[in-house]
Amino acid sequence: MNAATDYLLHLADNALVLGQRNAEWCGHGPILEEDIALSNVSLDLIGQARLLYQAVAAQKGGDCTEDRLAYFRDAGEFRNYTLLELPHHGPLSGYAQSNLDYGTTIVRNFLYSALMALLWEALEKSANADLAAIAAKSLKEVRYHLRHSRDWLVRLGDGTDESHARMQAALDHLFPYTQEFWAHSPAEAAAVEAGIGVDVQTLKADWDAIVDTALAEATLTRPAVGGYVTEGKKGLHSEHLGFLLAEMQSLARAHPNGAW
Amino acid sequence: MTTALKEWPLWEVFVRSKQGLEHKHCGSLHAADAAQALDMARDVYTRRQEGVSLWVVPSAAITASNPDEKGELFDPAADKIYRHPTFYEIPEEVGHM
Repeated sequence: MNAATDYLLHLADNALVLGQRNAEWCGHGPILEEDIALSNVSLDLIGQARLLYQAVAAQKGGDCTEDRLAYFRDAGEFRNYTLLELPHHGPLSGYAQSNLDYGTTIVRNFLYSALMALLWEALEKSANADLAAIAAKSLKEVRYHLRHSRDWLVRLGDGTDESHARMQAALDHLFPYTQEFWAHSPAEAAAVEAGIGVDVQTLKADWDAIVDTALAEATLTRPAVGGYVTEGKKGLHSEHLGFLLAEMQSLARAHPNGAW
Repeated sequence: MTTALKEWPLWEVFVRSKQGLEHKHCGSLHAADAAQALDMARDVYTRRQEGVSLWVVPSAAITASNPDEKGELFDPAADKIYRHPTFYEIPEEVGHM
């Protein structure tokens, strides 16, 4: 595989995995309007993933299709950030649907959208024409995702004692995973070398500014980071991705080449 | 000190479509404040490209006519067809009006 396809897969897997996670709220949203809002975010993300997978399939040729990439690769072949595959709750709080924690959902969407608002903007200048076009479309979408998640971050962070405590707990849980944003992977390094990708380190100061301003408004404390840096984008995932993929892929695998 | 509401207030949503000149009422939703109502209206009422502009108005700000008074308010207009401008002959030169 060349630099472009590896890099496009990383971006596509990010969008698909988070799109699938957010879709778990469909029919379970805290209120009707939020249920629809979050489903909209999911559909935007899955739409971005489709465009990126189509670009990869076109480059790889043969019998490669977007569906093959989404439904017939196993966890070790996915290149998404570990942050995006985590369940909607903190560690050790169970797996039941009723344990879905909207604070976790909002904090994750905020941290990722803040990055993508910067990354898609920079990728509009990518040497890969497909990617530049996808970036232009995705930028508008992610600006809304950032606006949506930031709004809730501030409302819940600066809300009641209960909502504040839950937002801070979600932030403490998820923030260490953002370290992976800034650690280079071979795919990213090759893409930067080829002029296709963006060096994420150049976005860090702007990301810090977006995050710090929002956290201050939300009366939340930015957690210190350190320790293990996850490596989802190199294919080393948490135990959660397998369960997510099992649910997402089972139908397509039970009926290969099915159309409906 | 404000007392916490058990439910978010209701908002009426008005959408201006691409071709439309005026905002038209399209429904209502619950939201904590005006800014949130706008965002939610975007998600609930414009996700099929219905609009290019949105208004939200607190439902409580609308004074409505009483449905029980429908008869006295509106029925008297029913037999006054002369109020419609359909009895004028329009000169050819005017064309379509």
